[in-house]
Amino acid sequence: MKNLLVAYLRPHWRILIGIALLLLVQAIGNLVLPTLMADIINQGVVTGDTSYILEVGGIMLLMSVLVGVASVVTVYFSARTSMRFGRDIRRDLFRRVQTFSLAQMHRFGVPSLITRNTNDVQQIQMLVMVGLTMMVLAPVTAIGGVVMALRTDVQLSALLLVIVPLMLIAIGVMVSRAVPLFRSMQVKVDRVNGVLRENLAGIRVIRAFVRTAHEEERFALANDELTTVSLKVTRLFALIFPTLMLIMNLALVATIWFGGHLIANGSMPIGNLFAFQSYIMQILFSVMMAVMTMMMVPRAAASAERIQAVLEAEPEITDPVASADLPRVGRLELRNVSFRYPGAQDPVLQEISCVFEPGRTTAIVGGTGSGKSTLTNLLPRLLDVTDGAILVDGVDIRNIPLDDLWSLFGIVPQRAFLFGGTIASNVRFGREDASDEQVWQALEVAQAREFVDQLPGLLDAPVDQGGVNFSGGQRQRLAIARCIVRDPLVYLFDDSFSALDYTTDARLRAALAHRTHDRTVIIVAQRISTIINADRIIVLDGGRVVGSGTHEELIDSCEPYREIVASQAQLEGTR
Amino acid sequence: MSMHGGPMRRPGGPMGGGGPMGMGMGASDAKAQDFRGSLARFGRRLRPERWIVSFVLLLGTGSVFLAVLGPKLLGNATNVIFEGVISQMIPAGVTQQQAEAALRAQGQDSQADMLASMTVSPGAGVDFSQLSRVLALVVVVYALSSFLSWAQNYLMAGVTNRTMFRLREEVDHKLGRLPLRYFDSSSRGDVLSRVTNDIDNIATTLQQTLTQLITSILTVIGVLAMMLWISPLLAVISLLTVPLSFWITMMIAKRSQPHFVAQWQWTGRLNGQVEESFTGLELVKVFGHRTRSVADFDAANERVYESSFRAQFISGIIQPALMVVSNLNYVAIAVIGGMRVASGSMSLGDVQAFIQYSRQFTMPITQIAGVANLLQSGVASVERVFELLDEAEEAPDADPARRPDRVSGRINFDDVSFRYLPDAPLIDGFRLDVHPGEIVAIVGPTGAGKTTLVNLLMRFYDVDAGAILIEGVPTMQMRRDDVRRAFGMVLQDTWLFEGTIRDNIAYGAESPTDDQIESAAQAARVDHFVRTLPDGYETVLTEGGANISAGERQLLTIARAFLANPPVLILDEATSSVDTRTEVLIQQAMAELRSGRTAFVIAHRLSTIRNADTIVVLEQGRIVEQGDHDELMEARGAYYRLYQSQFDEPEEAA
Repeated sequence: MKNLLVAYLRPHWRILIGIALLLLVQAIGNLVLPTLMADIINQGVVTGDTSYILEVGGIMLLMSVLVGVASVVTVYFSARTSMRFGRDIRRDLFRRVQTFSLAQMHRFGVPSLITRNTNDVQQIQMLVMVGLTMMVLAPVTAIGGVVMALRTDVQLSALLLVIVPLMLIAIGVMVSRAVPLFRSMQVKVDRVNGVLRENLAGIRVIRAFVRTAHEEERFALANDELTTVSLKVTRLFALIFPTLMLIMNLALVATIWFGGHLIANGSMPIGNLFAFQSYIMQILFSVMMAVMTMMMVPRAAASAERIQAVLEAEPEITDPVASADLPRVGRLELRNVSFRYPGAQDPVLQEISCVFEPGRTTAIVGGTGSGKSTLTNLLPRLLDVTDGAILVDGVDIRNIPLDDLWSLFGIVPQRAFLFGGTIASNVRFGREDASDEQVWQALEVAQAREFVDQLPGLLDAPVDQGGVNFSGGQRQRLAIARCIVRDPLVYLFDDSFSALDYTTDARLRAALAHRTHDRTVIIVAQRISTIINADRIIVLDGGRVVGSGTHEELIDSCEPYREIVASQAQLEGTR
Repeated sequence: MSMHGGPMRRPGGPMGGGGPMGMGMGASDAKAQDFRGSLARFGRRLRPERWIVSFVLLLGTGSVFLAVLGPKLLGNATNVIFEGVISQMIPAGVTQQQAEAALRAQGQDSQADMLASMTVSPGAGVDFSQLSRVLALVVVVYALSSFLSWAQNYLMAGVTNRTMFRLREEVDHKLGRLPLRYFDSSSRGDVLSRVTNDIDNIATTLQQTLTQLITSILTVIGVLAMMLWISPLLAVISLLTVPLSFWITMMIAKRSQPHFVAQWQWTGRLNGQVEESFTGLELVKVFGHRTRSVADFDAANERVYESSFRAQFISGIIQPALMVVSNLNYVAIAVIGGMRVASGSMSLGDVQAFIQYSRQFTMPITQIAGVANLLQSGVASVERVFELLDEAEEAPDADPARRPDRVSGRINFDDVSFRYLPDAPLIDGFRLDVHPGEIVAIVGPTGAGKTTLVNLLMRFYDVDAGAILIEGVPTMQMRRDDVRRAFGMVLQDTWLFEGTIRDNIAYGAESPTDDQIESAAQAARVDHFVRTLPDGYETVLTEGGANISAGERQLLTIARAFLANPPVLILDEATSSVDTRTEVLIQQAMAELRSGRTAFVIAHRLSTIRNADTIVVLEQGRIVEQGDHDELMEARGAYYRLYQSQFDEPEEAA
């Protein structure tokens, strides 16, 4: 956490010093006020000097306004600094993640990366915000309080040696008991909510199997456990406030008792009793504040660690130093390509060599885990090969600037992902300057025109984040339209037709064939019917190419392909 | 949301609410519609606890009374010391009156007045036995006050937790009685948010507000009374600061509110952008949007910074501003009090007590303001939960209910009509007779509403007219549970819960033996797969069963159906990307499951459709045709077209 704080607060060091000075003013002001009050009593009240009382009262007033102004300025700068701190970390995190390879995304996990950029930054920003005031104000007030207490009366200050540790022990004991309880309660809350989530998701199944009563029992159990822990937590909290109040009040009583003796033997003026009481209160409040701030530290430290892990991850895939020219044809060649995830025992792909020619459609088939998707990720360098090379028009893709390389491709990923916005903005994601007509054409080819036509607002119909307001098949078709409007040299479809029914699938491929007659088209698919007309079919099994050729050739020569076809034919009942 | 996350995010809260999670917090920024009504209705839920609540109130009153008494007693202690100090100034042997007279003779009238207001025994010094008596009383008073306050909080913890327990239970039971129509017509996220976020929010509110509100109000009253008793003049001065504090808080809060709203909105936008561009990173990269995505992010990030900085700063002014006001008050009391002590019209102890009271006075007032804020969001949640509890429930089962003696699988649709929406008839006068062991295939394009028939068969929805009969008994005259026991259902949307594989299969029956579970798994062809897992049948599935593949999940749900051993089946064939080998297993398992049973199959496969005794063709939610394969092909209608387009091409190509 230290590194992160140092790195992101260093640019603001002048302001931080300013804040510290302002806090010093506040602390001193707050400590001087009780002294002035003591003066009013000692020298004003006891002697009946009204003008002295008014004079000191005026000074007190000025002091408190000064302290008020100082704190407003402090709030201004601490709010600005801590919010900038958060903004800058978010900015750097976001930029860093943009350079991540697919492997790095998998390693961190998308949800975790999102949390790091949102909640984790929030956590540590909150600590900075509170810390900027508390970390200075609390110790300064506490130390100042002790100094002032000693100045007021050394003997009476001995009380602090008893009261402060007593307070610390009380807080320590309760916090150490509360922390595990809180953690346990969070688990129980998650459990209750988890059961409810399951019940909502599986409502049909639960009712179909007549298991409502069973589910209610399951819920009752979770609810019971939550209530038990929650009761413990609230009962512990019931103890905290009265205990702290008691300690403070006893401190006041002790001050009067021992102070009374000092006053009686003339070693302390009576007004100092008031000042002393104020100091004790301020010291105890500072201790409480400091402890509460400290309680935020472990959580923020964990967040900082997660943030730093991202910031320190070096991009695995970078632009080349010397760059080659932009390829213009789109002929892709794999030479002895192997890929292995870091730390994995077996390679996903082994010594793959093949060529994807422009004007031809190449299909890739194979069972789960055969390496099809990895292959499609290697082509646009979302992952880097661990052995061998991939060439575009004879140039190693690692020698082409990333943005240039990517400009060759249009991809439709396995999980059709849409961005929040409109139909038009999603399709134009493929090509920003596409005209409405071009957008409609792309939708038409993708067999999406029909349903877009029925949407209120047509192209301007809203798309929710992730495209959740569209069915799986509609999402796939929109993702395909996005790719088509781009008119790329290389089309990459990763199992992009799976959610379409056979009719739509067939129509789409027919329409697509017109658009892509001089392009390189690569289709990964599960369904034989989707790829049966491909110019060439590559069969992958266990990360190796086990067959390559047309449907007819493979039927004759390739046993694994025959198996796949046979099993699907059996499923379809067509043979 | 966590139980203790809510209040931190309120504007102007203790931490200034550093920014919400942005999304999915529908509860917190909503305002209650009928604040009083909902609050009163929620209050009635505390009825079972009314005796404890009354006792808690009593304890609270006692605790506050004693806590309020404390400073006054401490003031008495100060007076004892002060009188002792004064008494030492007067030589022993001189009476108080003589000392007074002497002071007046010296022209020190005010000091004489002060002396006149005390009872001192000259030369005696501080009366420590009296001081110890006073302080002992103070210690007892404070100890008792803390004890009562603890007892109050302790009992209240029970009340709130029991109340929440009952509310959660009631909501869960309600979910069990709501018709499927409710779940289908409202978004799952919304319902989930009501039963989780809102209930958590209520729990937080209840725990934080109730005792605090009681104590704060009582404290304000008590302190006010004490202040008036000690010095009406000072009390009036202190009271003046109250509306001033309120006004300042309100003014600043009003100004910071739009910035908080902006902060929430922009944070939500920013989080959305982060989520999108991370999830779709490969698209952002390949489609060349990295620069734009960074620019969009920076713009939103800057807005978040600006709005949150303003919100934090403006709301951060409240604290210092109130401090200045409170210091003003302090100075006023010190000056006026000091002058009154000097003039003998007030004791020094009273001034001290008064200062403490004025400090105690502002805290509960700010607390009440905070609680009011919290209560707003809490009551909004209460309303949302009540809305759920008020939803119309399923019509009760027929009483007395009929029940077919033995279900062999004879199902009749007798002139069935049904519609989801009143003005959009879907099924009109539908007739179908299914004999035991027959297969009914339901076909139609994606989204044609094939689940409607399932909904009616299972009585997830009730028919509008006509009847569905099981063995001649109309399902409307049967208990829903009995209707559903007649069916086994395997849907594409597999549902597995968090638990072991064994428990998930066991879901199909009341309390099956291990042997039964394993033979069901064997029949479903998933036994082998399960045994390859390190923990076998004890493998714990995560929520939604994400740690096994879609195909294996489907096999597990088939095993479940085998175990349930129902006379009638409802099957949904797989279409999603399941690899070929698993798909063969699924087909085999389904075929075996089907044998000898009446089956309704949502069909995609030619084999199923051709063998079906009846094919029901749906288009846009409506039944457009029914008959067997040959009849429908001859009719050259919707089925014929569907058949041509779907199944010709692969055949031709092959």
